[in-house]
Amino acid sequence: MDEKTKTPLLRLAKRSSFPKPAAWAIRVGSILFALLLGCVAILLTGNSPFKAYATMINGALGSKVYLQQTVKKAVPLLGCALAIAPCFKMRFWNIGAEGQITAGALAATFVARTFTGKLPSLPLLLLMAAGAILGGGLWALIPAFFKAKWNTNETLFTLMMNYIIIGVVAWLQAGPWEAQQGRIAQFDASAQLPKVLGVHCGWIIVLVLVLLVHIYMRHTKQGYEIAVIGDSMRTAQYAGMNVGRIMMRTMFLSGAISGLVGFIIAAGANHTLAKEIAGGVGFTSITVAWLSQLNAFAMIAISMMLGILTKGADTLQTAMSVPAAISDIIIGLLLFCMLGCEFFINYRLILRKKTGKGGAAV
Amino acid sequence: MNALDTVILLLLAAITYGTPLLYGTLGEILTEKSGNLNLGVEGILFMGGAFGLGGVYYLEKFAGTPSGLVAILVALLCAFLAGAAASLIFCFLTTTLRANQNVTGLALAIFGTGVGQFAGEMMRVRAGSYVTVSNELKDFFIASPFPQFLKDIPYLGQLIFGNSWFFYLGVVLAIGMHLFLKKTRKGLYLRAVGENPGTADSAGINVTRYKYLATVIGGGISAIGGVVYIVTTAGCTWNNEGLSGVGWLAVALVIFCLWRPLSALWGSVLFGALMILYMRLQLSFVPTELYKILPYVVTVIVLIISSLRNNKEKQPPASLGLAYFREDR
Repeated sequence: MDEKTKTPLLRLAKRSSFPKPAAWAIRVGSILFALLLGCVAILLTGNSPFKAYATMINGALGSKVYLQQTVKKAVPLLGCALAIAPCFKMRFWNIGAEGQITAGALAATFVARTFTGKLPSLPLLLLMAAGAILGGGLWALIPAFFKAKWNTNETLFTLMMNYIIIGVVAWLQAGPWEAQQGRIAQFDASAQLPKVLGVHCGWIIVLVLVLLVHIYMRHTKQGYEIAVIGDSMRTAQYAGMNVGRIMMRTMFLSGAISGLVGFIIAAGANHTLAKEIAGGVGFTSITVAWLSQLNAFAMIAISMMLGILTKGADTLQTAMSVPAAISDIIIGLLLFCMLGCEFFINYRLILRKKTGKGGAAV
Repeated sequence: MNALDTVILLLLAAITYGTPLLYGTLGEILTEKSGNLNLGVEGILFMGGAFGLGGVYYLEKFAGTPSGLVAILVALLCAFLAGAAASLIFCFLTTTLRANQNVTGLALAIFGTGVGQFAGEMMRVRAGSYVTVSNELKDFFIASPFPQFLKDIPYLGQLIFGNSWFFYLGVVLAIGMHLFLKKTRKGLYLRAVGENPGTADSAGINVTRYKYLATVIGGGISAIGGVVYIVTTAGCTWNNEGLSGVGWLAVALVIFCLWRPLSALWGSVLFGALMILYMRLQLSFVPTELYKILPYVVTVIVLIISSLRNNKEKQPPASLGLAYFREDR
């Protein structure tokens, strides 16, 4: 070692505070940067990025019908992101929303098949929703139970539960519940969600959920417990919280909301059950939850943004034959940039000073 | 056909379907040994599959049919580079920019799946039809490197000498990785980084460099699994859904194998068997669709059992999934 201690070219220091507007400016900047990176993929297809983005925006917002379709895509994303938020706040990596949606839709379909014709529309729909809440919640409770009891890896457990329940639906679809050609019969009109402003009323349900989840997370004792566990498991234990019980409770709640989303998709959008019912919503909504910093209100904007992206990508595929997978690429880039930009919000880069003799010691 | 033949056929198919898992798992073991939990294996496999197939396809299109070994090398190299690039993003975000490993891994899974499907679709659109390679190459990819007389040994001949190049390469890789981790100084350093980066750092080991190298090389190895899947089991054609779930099984297999490369050998064959059992061993009382979820059910059971045992030897690297910041020490 030299006698002189070397100061590195770049040093890091944690920021003690950072003005909120500036932090959001960095975040918006990183979104723009991600969209810029998305241009590269579009350029590879031989199209002009401006034209492509214009096509996407026009295809998503250009007319009333398009806007309705975009909202239809954003509704499950928003609902499911609300479901994931409490788990992620608790640092419980629930990536099984896809399966919890499917389980909820499965339960709702079961109720619909059993009680159609025996109940009027409103009680039937309420019963279907209750079934979906229970179905999704119980499906989520299984991995939570093992996590609480034996610390079983929840990431993989919840993930595997997706494939299992999707397999069960595939079996029902091709076997016991088959109506024709491997499909389950359409729901009766009494088991379909009514439309408000041209879109099924699921959008009202999720907007109410935004408010409820916000209050639950910020203004209740249970929400506070979740935050404490997320910050430090040991603190929570030391404070006398029953961590296992809180985990199971939170996961049930999360699965229940996902299940309700499954009900909304089945009774509102598709009017039937199929194994593709979740269609990746469970994964994409993780992005929504994280990009919004688990803030329920920010999720409305982010889910709309991703709704525009996915609907726009569909239009892009038909109009300019750009593969619809472009939306996954842009969503991935968005996440990368948003994850990366937090670093610049939390840390300060300090360049080595030119004059320094030995420099400032750390 | 007698029972023994059935078992041998089943095992051969299990090895074929297990080989992609073997690469995926080996790569992830190397990554996790450095303390990085890269959940993006699913996306990495998609990228490896699309770029590996693309490499061979365009090589054949522009330079004529290459010899089999050249084609294999190109496929491996393209897949490796794609996986390494994807893992570099992961490592940059988690190690340098200190992002959360779980979320970054999930982002990589979404991104990689998108890139793989995008590239596969683009190739299809450009070609105007299905992207595939010549029959010569297809045959070579699933042929065994050993001479016929070895394969003619009764019963064991096919089983031991009748598998594809990729399988034997995977075996060599697994043994090599085992020796590297257990018998070399660099391997020891890598394990130290994964167990306790603070201590490793104090001992003068460059933690960042080890994390980067292990993650990038590990991601490259995982990606090879993608192209192996495409060329050995999917008939060298790109299919948007074909690979889905394989990467996640590989992540689960890492836990099943207790982070040991040698256990990955039989673990991957076992999971390969679970994946194809519904085709080979039909049971009249189990519907096919339910039979297909067997690997996932078994994975869940494995997860539960491995969480039940409380053995110090059988634990993940101690700092797995945790970020290391020298300043926070």
